[in-house]
Amino acid sequence: MIPAYLLLLLPLLGIVYFGLLGHKEDVGRQNIRFNGVTLFLSLWLAVNVFNSGSLISAGDYFIVDSFNVYLIVLTAFVGFTTSIFSAPYMAHEQEIGKLTVNRLRLYYSMYQGFMFAMYLVLTTNNMGIMWVAMEAATLATVLLVSLYRTPESIEAAWKYFILCGVGIAQALFGTILLYYAAIQISDVDNALTWSVLYENAKLLDPEILEIAFVFMLIGYGTKIGLVPLHNWLPDAHSEGPTPMSAVLSGLLLNDALYAVVRNKMLVDGATDSHIAGYLMMGFGLLSFLVAAFFLHRQKDIKRLFSYSSIEHMGLMTFAFGIGTPFATFAALLHMTVHSLTKSAIFVTVGHAAQISGTQSIEKIRGLIKTQPQVGWGLLIGTLAIAGFPPFGVFASEFLVLLATMQSYPWLTPFLLLGIGIACAGLFRNVQPMVYGEKPEGQQAVQANLWPVMIHLAIVLWLGLAMPDFLADWFTQATILISGSAPL
Amino acid sequence: MEIENLDHYSQVILSLAALVTLTSFIMLAQGRLLRLVFVFALQGFMLVSATAIAAYSFDNPHLYISAAITLALKVLFIPWMLRRHILKLNMHRDVEALSNKTAIMMGGASLVVFSYYVLHPIMQNSSMILLNALSLSLAVILLGMLLMISHHQAIAHVVGFMSIENGLFFAATVSTNGMPMVVELGVAFDVLVAAVLFGIFFLHISSSIDSLDVDKMNRLNEVDQ
Amino acid sequence: MSILLAMIQTLLFIALAPLLAGWLKGCKCHLQNRKAPSLLQPYQDLLKLTHKQPVVSKDASWLFIIAPYIIFSATVIAISVIPLIAVDLPTAASADVIVLVGFLAFARFFLALAGLDVGTAFGGMGSSREMTISTMAEPAMLMAVFTLTMTASTTNLSLAIGHVLAEGLELRPSFIFALFALILVAVAETGRIPVDNPATHLELTMIHEAMILEYSGRHLALIEWASQLKLMLYGVLIANIFFPWGIAQTLSLPALGYGLLAILGKLAILALVLAISETLLAKMRLFRVQEFLSFAYLLGLLGMLSHIILEAAR
Repeated sequence: MIPAYLLLLLPLLGIVYFGLLGHKEDVGRQNIRFNGVTLFLSLWLAVNVFNSGSLISAGDYFIVDSFNVYLIVLTAFVGFTTSIFSAPYMAHEQEIGKLTVNRLRLYYSMYQGFMFAMYLVLTTNNMGIMWVAMEAATLATVLLVSLYRTPESIEAAWKYFILCGVGIAQALFGTILLYYAAIQISDVDNALTWSVLYENAKLLDPEILEIAFVFMLIGYGTKIGLVPLHNWLPDAHSEGPTPMSAVLSGLLLNDALYAVVRNKMLVDGATDSHIAGYLMMGFGLLSFLVAAFFLHRQKDIKRLFSYSSIEHMGLMTFAFGIGTPFATFAALLHMTVHSLTKSAIFVTVGHAAQISGTQSIEKIRGLIKTQPQVGWGLLIGTLAIAGFPPFGVFASEFLVLLATMQSYPWLTPFLLLGIGIACAGLFRNVQPMVYGEKPEGQQAVQANLWPVMIHLAIVLWLGLAMPDFLADWFTQATILISGSAPL
Repeated sequence: MEIENLDHYSQVILSLAALVTLTSFIMLAQGRLLRLVFVFALQGFMLVSATAIAAYSFDNPHLYISAAITLALKVLFIPWMLRRHILKLNMHRDVEALSNKTAIMMGGASLVVFSYYVLHPIMQNSSMILLNALSLSLAVILLGMLLMISHHQAIAHVVGFMSIENGLFFAATVSTNGMPMVVELGVAFDVLVAAVLFGIFFLHISSSIDSLDVDKMNRLNEVDQ
Repeated sequence: MSILLAMIQTLLFIALAPLLAGWLKGCKCHLQNRKAPSLLQPYQDLLKLTHKQPVVSKDASWLFIIAPYIIFSATVIAISVIPLIAVDLPTAASADVIVLVGFLAFARFFLALAGLDVGTAFGGMGSSREMTISTMAEPAMLMAVFTLTMTASTTNLSLAIGHVLAEGLELRPSFIFALFALILVAVAETGRIPVDNPATHLELTMIHEAMILEYSGRHLALIEWASQLKLMLYGVLIANIFFPWGIAQTLSLPALGYGLLAILGKLAILALVLAISETLLAKMRLFRVQEFLSFAYLLGLLGMLSHIILEAAR
């Protein structure tokens, strides 16, 4: 359990450290160091879990099992690579005068604050604390969305704040209902403790839990970006600094989905009606299809890819909703590859926007000719996210399709339709940006594309051949969530 | 069970639930910001009394703490902060023209019915007070959302946001005698941070669009321009 | 015996009404840093008015002259229904709260007619305003009263008060709403701030004063007295229905004396509250009175709803 405590402690230190010393020269590198150490800690934790199974801390405050440990590693990894990207990126923003030193200090401090909230969501064993941490994640990022202080960014941040705040309030109501159901069967002290509730799920009042789950899904669903509660997401992604978009898309959405799945496990334990699954399938499919259509109408490159995030989150929600071991396995895999690919894409998008000085799709042209790494990175990233073989996204989407055919064959045409439309929507916009002549005076920028390459390489690797330990890992998580092993 | 058979604690809680809902309705129809904030503080005060009474009745010391926190946050600090912003931005004389007040009030009334409809089936086995108090707190939550939809001023939105929190707090107090202390503290911390952030946002918004009318923030939208 | 008591009680009511008006005025003066007139000033005013010769316009009809008597007697009959110091009234058994509202409406009808009768602009204006307000105040009042009567399962005031007393200290959400509704209605019906200002004769704002502008001498005295009675009537209604403790339940002398003291104390407090609110509030525009009264109606309605929903058996 020690690495878990350290994992929580370090970002807390980071908040204070950057709050005090965030004005120093090499602050970006310090951030990389902080995130590097947490990545190491998360791997240490993963090894512990791998060797000895689920860990529950003294007093039942924290839990680390095969489901959340892989998300912890993913969070730490994306946090680390994004910090590598963000150091030169934010330095460049400061050079061109978009940011002052104080805002940079705020940025780094809140970056650590966000990471802390994410780790707390993942490791806590208390459903109430999970809510608190989720809200804290909003609060940490809301000032980062408005970091540039343009009218648009302030509007986006306000929208993000209000919509997520109101949305997540519903989740708290759901949590209160859950607590009410729980104190009927257990003592007050650990009535919100997930592991205790999970063991006694059969005793919980199924009707209360079903209603509670509806509220939870609406609440955390706002954070996932499920249609029709998605309005904040494209705005917040497009107006905030790009590293923020990368971690929002790659991490925050995952963690919100994680919260929903944890709750679904309780509801499924209490009732046989599968209502939680149906709700998730419905919302997921709706988000998937609506976002696919919206991809065609975007004018802003970051909005384009944030709609793509909504689309993929919808697909994952749908797959978790199906609930068979096979579908759960696919959803877990999809979560991983989507996070990696999407954060890689946002990194390249950030550089692309810096090259052309705008985020408007119509004005970004000739990326390959200007700076081949960025252009190819964006193109390959788009190929990967659109689900082309041999990337990992293809594998996971294929598994979701197979799982759907197994359980709900009549839904497969919708999925295929959505994938097709989304693919067309992405390529009609991306193609003119990467190919073509470069506009006059367009210059290459200083960019560190190692994170992109590493991410895409891993995604490729996962698509070609999944390593055994990872497959084992996913299988263990699947057993935990759905009760039995896939295949 | 008729009300005269209930103990005084339940009667007080029921009455406070009714009054809290009433304050939500008053806020819904209120066009003047200072009064809106005053009614919000009043709602907070009712919440504090409900919590204190629950603490006294069940001899539960941790509810006293949450009552004190609520008093400090929602009755004193947040209203004070909002009032200061209203006066500073010279908005205390503005009367917000609410479009179609009747429809809003009818909508509010139907939200109350809806809350009962949602929570009725799950409360078959529980006491009357729980059903009512829980339904009314859900109604307060939904009315807070309606308040945010129907008003244009950012300050009114914050009041709506905080009254949603009030509804949640009331639900937690009456149904379960408050959440565990650590969660309660965490929520209070979140509310405090949110309040401070809202204060920062008022300054940003008013310097960027020269008013706090949220309707003027319309640069980001899906429709092609 | 009890008939005698009812008569004594009614006479007491009539006698005390000017005192209440004087106390109210005194409280207001103190709150506004003015020198207060004596508590007995209203009695002296009434006495002086009765000694003066009434002046009647040559355009006035017989209606103008008999209206004050009708108004005064209708109000007196109305108050005789209300338990003041004892619950058990023979007169209360003969008439219930709906009749009470009816008598008040009857008095108001004649007041409005008298205002129109002389044909001055102010009188007509006052009458029209009074009727506008009353059309909205009466439903609100009935709604509040019905909430109470539904709880007690009777429209008879004595029985209702008896029911509340028998129940002991019970906090009902419906009563809270009904109390607020009744207070708002009382403010509107007795012409107090913020609906009407009894102390002004400003043309644009007056309502009650506009109707009685043409009256003088003993006619004016009767009308003034009737309106003081009405103020006290609402005070007693509020005090005795919602806070009935102290009212005499037996006809023994100590109980009656205690009841008298109790009602005097309650009325004094109510008047103080009214004085404070009148000092703090400004008169609202006439067109906002409808909002004020629809709010009162809403409260009454909410009271009834909460009686059905919150207090129902399950």
